Amino acid sequence: MEIPSLTIDSVREGLLSKRFSATELATEALRFAESENPKTGAYLHFSPERALATAGRVDRQIAQGEDPGALAGVPVAVKDVIVTEGVRTTCGSKLLANYIPPYDATAVIRIERAGGIIVGKTNCDEFAMGSSTENSAFGPVRNPLALDRVPGGSSGGSAAAVAQGTAVVALGSDTGGSIRQPASFCGVVGVTPTYGRVSRYGLTAFASSLDHIGPFARSVKDAATLLRVMAGHDPADSTSADAPVPDYPALLGGSVKGLKLGLPREYLKGLKSETGDLIHRGVEAFRSLGCEIREIGMPATEHAIACYYIIATAEASSNLARYDGVRYTVRSEHTDTLSDMYRNTRGEGFGAECKRRIMLGTYVLSAGYYDAYYLKAQKVRALVARDFSNAFQEVDAVVAPVSPFPAFRLGEKVDDPLAMYLSDIYTITGSLAGIPCMSVPCGKTAGGLPVGMQLLTRHFDETTMFRLANALETAGGVN
Amino acid sequence: MKITEAEVRYVADLANLKLTDTEVARFQADLDGILEHVASLNEVDTEGVQPMAQVLYAAGETDTLRADVPVPPLGNAAALANAPQSGAGYFKVPKIIER
Repeated sequence: MEIPSLTIDSVREGLLSKRFSATELATEALRFAESENPKTGAYLHFSPERALATAGRVDRQIAQGEDPGALAGVPVAVKDVIVTEGVRTTCGSKLLANYIPPYDATAVIRIERAGGIIVGKTNCDEFAMGSSTENSAFGPVRNPLALDRVPGGSSGGSAAAVAQGTAVVALGSDTGGSIRQPASFCGVVGVTPTYGRVSRYGLTAFASSLDHIGPFARSVKDAATLLRVMAGHDPADSTSADAPVPDYPALLGGSVKGLKLGLPREYLKGLKSETGDLIHRGVEAFRSLGCEIREIGMPATEHAIACYYIIATAEASSNLARYDGVRYTVRSEHTDTLSDMYRNTRGEGFGAECKRRIMLGTYVLSAGYYDAYYLKAQKVRALVARDFSNAFQEVDAVVAPVSPFPAFRLGEKVDDPLAMYLSDIYTITGSLAGIPCMSVPCGKTAGGLPVGMQLLTRHFDETTMFRLANALETAGGVN
Repeated sequence: MKITEAEVRYVADLANLKLTDTEVARFQADLDGILEHVASLNEVDTEGVQPMAQVLYAAGETDTLRADVPVPPLGNAAALANAPQSGAGYFKVPKIIER
């Protein structure tokens, strides 16, 4: 078996035709992932016991003629902000370096129930805060397509694992672009489903009104299959939606002729670049597939970054308050008073980006500033969401870039936090609106770096998004 | 200037975050730049706009509340398993009340 080219379908076919067993595949996949990992550092740690236990169960189910599930035997990587019972979950932070969660995230439970094999936990920016995976306390991840470049972030390890071929699919989390941007940088498919589509139970909270779990895959079909396994209401997450989950992979493949796509003029103003050219060619590819392209206006876009960085940091400052030296493994040695314990544990434990965001979030929520910043940002968020609901009156999907540029070099942007924040412009608007959005490979730059195209659709209409992505994929992108 | 070093120290105190002098200087500069950027929100006319605190979709208000049925809790031992310091079934912390 050729691990890097496996798909969900090919794994299933191999298992059912007895070319290999789930145990053999899991063993080989783990060996391959461990031997390849030093090149990129995509994984922080592996979970062989868990992987082999699930594989053994899949083999028994097949032997007994039972259905082993939609992800039977499929090697899955999980971002290390998603908790796994008995398997270390660090969130890329020194503060959780030895944290062993006492329970599983709902997404993880559903994947294993469907026969998916969790091979390991992937590196990420500390508490998912960053756009390059350089903010991990355990060192950066390298882009498997260009080892001197970042894989994007914050789910850089998951994107790299899928691009490198050490997992067939992976889980990421997305608050302002943390799945789509690394998918674009690593040339894979990355999906941020509708807010509430996938339970966040067991996802370490960053900004609760914006956090999502979503899939990475090498094909639209595999991403669609993984989303279908994870999606649906969960009593353990009161923000998860009780909406029917369509059979996404079965709905792929039809014509996209006649679909109306909106191209926001505000998004393309600043894109006189190779990335912009590729996006324009992607739009032309859709036109030649029979889609109707309309230019649309999204006037709130220019304020989206400011809006996002107020809301996300405000929520983060509250969510990260729990890391205080009482419950989660790490406590400073300087604990003369309770206050010293809190202050020193947090001061010594958090990395620079987390501190910066805690500071900004605390500031905008502090007395006298709440109305001017937080409340104002929530109103602007409503305007960003309104831009989309207006657009969806006349179009079926919005097409956009994912990032203003392809993968950059390690260290290139670490000293300018504001510049790093501003690069999130194209992913943040969809996050604020809570609509489904994804990155699908569009083409490559002359230097061989992948560029993803973003597709955004109405709340709960992942189906149209997947159909469009599948059509672009089938057409071979623009190269 | 949007934020002074003294304000940075005050905010760090609110956040229970011990910062070094180098960090205070660095964050003063960083936050100043970021706050300068976010000040652009003041240009946006939000008269009559309802603040969006959460992503809302068409659903009844109690649709996503679970039935009020007791479920087994995590349990004391599991909850304490990651504590830096515990004893007698509790999380232990430095003395809070000084005599």
